[in-house]
Amino acid sequence: MQTLYDKLWDQHVVHTESGDPDSMTLIYIDRHLVHEVTSPQAFESLKLTGRKPWRLNSILAVADHNVPTTDRSHGIHDPISRLQVDTLDQNCDELGITEFKMNDLRQGIVHVIGPEQGATLPGMTVVCGDSHTSTHGAFGCLAFGIGTSEVEHVLATQCLLMKKSKTMRIAIEGQLGFGVTAKDIALAIIGEIGTAGGTGYAIEFTGSAICALSMEGRMTLCNMAIEAGARAGMVAVDDTTINYLKGRPFAPQGELWDRAVAYWCTLHSDDGAVFDRTVTLYAAQIKPQVTWGTSPEMVTTIDGAVPDPAQISDEVKRHDMQQALNYMGLHANTPITQITLDKIFIGSCTNSRIEDLRAAAQIVKGKHIAANIKLALVVPGSGLVKKQAEQEGLDRIFVAAGFEWREPGCSMCLAMNDDRLTAGERCASTSNRNFEGRQGPGGRTHLVSPVMAAAAAVAGHFVDVREFGH
Amino acid sequence: MEKFHTLTGLVAPLDRANVDTDAIIPKQFLKSIKRSGFGQNLFDEWRYLDHGEPGMDPAQRQPNPEFILNQPRYLGAQILLARANFGCGSSREHAPWSLQDYGFRVIIAPSFADIFFNNCFKIGLLPVVLDAAILDRLFDEVKATEGYRLTVDLQKQTVTTPQNKVYAFEVDAFRKHCLLNGLDEIGLTLQQAEKIKQFEQKRRNEQPWLFS
Repeated sequence: MQTLYDKLWDQHVVHTESGDPDSMTLIYIDRHLVHEVTSPQAFESLKLTGRKPWRLNSILAVADHNVPTTDRSHGIHDPISRLQVDTLDQNCDELGITEFKMNDLRQGIVHVIGPEQGATLPGMTVVCGDSHTSTHGAFGCLAFGIGTSEVEHVLATQCLLMKKSKTMRIAIEGQLGFGVTAKDIALAIIGEIGTAGGTGYAIEFTGSAICALSMEGRMTLCNMAIEAGARAGMVAVDDTTINYLKGRPFAPQGELWDRAVAYWCTLHSDDGAVFDRTVTLYAAQIKPQVTWGTSPEMVTTIDGAVPDPAQISDEVKRHDMQQALNYMGLHANTPITQITLDKIFIGSCTNSRIEDLRAAAQIVKGKHIAANIKLALVVPGSGLVKKQAEQEGLDRIFVAAGFEWREPGCSMCLAMNDDRLTAGERCASTSNRNFEGRQGPGGRTHLVSPVMAAAAAVAGHFVDVREFGH
Repeated sequence: MEKFHTLTGLVAPLDRANVDTDAIIPKQFLKSIKRSGFGQNLFDEWRYLDHGEPGMDPAQRQPNPEFILNQPRYLGAQILLARANFGCGSSREHAPWSLQDYGFRVIIAPSFADIFFNNCFKIGLLPVVLDAAILDRLFDEVKATEGYRLTVDLQKQTVTTPQNKVYAFEVDAFRKHCLLNGLDEIGLTLQQAEKIKQFEQKRRNEQPWLFS
């Protein structure tokens, strides 16, 4: 009896030095996603050592972190960003790597386009020089982020040297309430186990609430596994997975599709498989979540308040909490609904897919952002998400409500392009990290779901989306 | 990769938990296509009072006198003491690059984030895990003693204090071997090229859709 992780691991073992399963193991990599920020040094080193990519058709590249979300017809004005994107283009052209260039309709955030294209498939090992590669685990594959040295290693050898992780099952049972989303599940889990709770583990999300999630929701959840410390998060394959993939450009077709589906249906943990740790949460008890601090574990519910450091006995924790409150400009015991906002960001590899945009549009339809909101951005995850949304008229709903409708990319999730907070600005963001300076130096980030961000945009402060509009 | 055997070095204490890689090296510096030069922007937002952008001359910047690495007694530190979950967040290898470029050779903490931990070994920066209680003691000692130095011996897997108190640490045998000898991991893996080809051929037969 094996867990899903055990099955995926065993399928990819090329070589174990000592025969000891706990020692370093050479693991085969099926899919290598590449973006402009973490690849240039790997390509340069590959060239310097006279090595070539092992298997070109395993690689799919896209520029996402540096790209502007405004008019792109004149290219990128920041010369340093431009050089990084040009370097990716050159490396891909020289080596013959498939790349979706900036003005390609298929361009977008690497973790949105992989699944969208069917380049992410069940049973694969998927790597990328980006921690949010965990997103792809939603498809019953083993997906995790790597550093630049490992990007080079995979380019040169199609393999990685790894140690097997421990396994954690996080079961979410029951039905989510109205206005509660996969993002809230993710933040509730991190609030429960902490940002280091998953360190050393591969997490499998199970339970009736996970089965009921769409692929978009599962991707949001697996995306945030890294914020719980786990390099990989995953969900077993079911009909939802298979229906999502059917007909995607990189997915198999015809007789190969049938063969693939037959195999994919085995990609679940066996009954009675043993996990090193199990955590269970009940969906009905999960409320909309809002972070108040500078780590995703600093999170509470919309009906909660900013915590009071004086109540914390652990000295290091109390100090960290006070430091976070100082940075965030918040006082202990302030109700979350009294926190007013300056900017709204709907986007990122966590929450920029069509379902996220539909849900947010539903909230703002026929309404307008509050007078105190200086900027409200919607940044679709890919050119294809953008096109789909436009076909459904979502862009018009957002624009009528006072939002800006932008070109796809990572944007204000990490502010490598021009989209950023200035010092002291407070943002309701659908992204994944509320670290100091993440969205711009001195910027203050509150992580929420797309519907919570949309409702906050209209109200000008946080509101409980479950009551909003009633 | 740079070899690591033993080091006796000045210690600097960074007394906060969950130090993320955005704090270690902020995003504006990730636009570089080079592997070097990140040390001057290590902990940029904590270390300087003015906002840093690529290309700025560090000599023209305003250091934050409160920040630990700006205190004269810690100048030239090669060993960083840190708290739990050091290096969490983004997978950017720029984080270990900047620590190494600044001059650090060893980071000692009660726990590290997985990707950061892994990245350190790839470049010859040694992450050492010691119990939180030992870290508490080391933090107290380094703050109390100017010029406090520790000796880290990778071969023996020990950290030794000036009072000759010895703490043992665990390290994976393969990683230790690579670090002691400064080995190129890619070269090592390519010694298995035949095995990789055989594996790939078998996989291609069983799951041809992965190879189109």
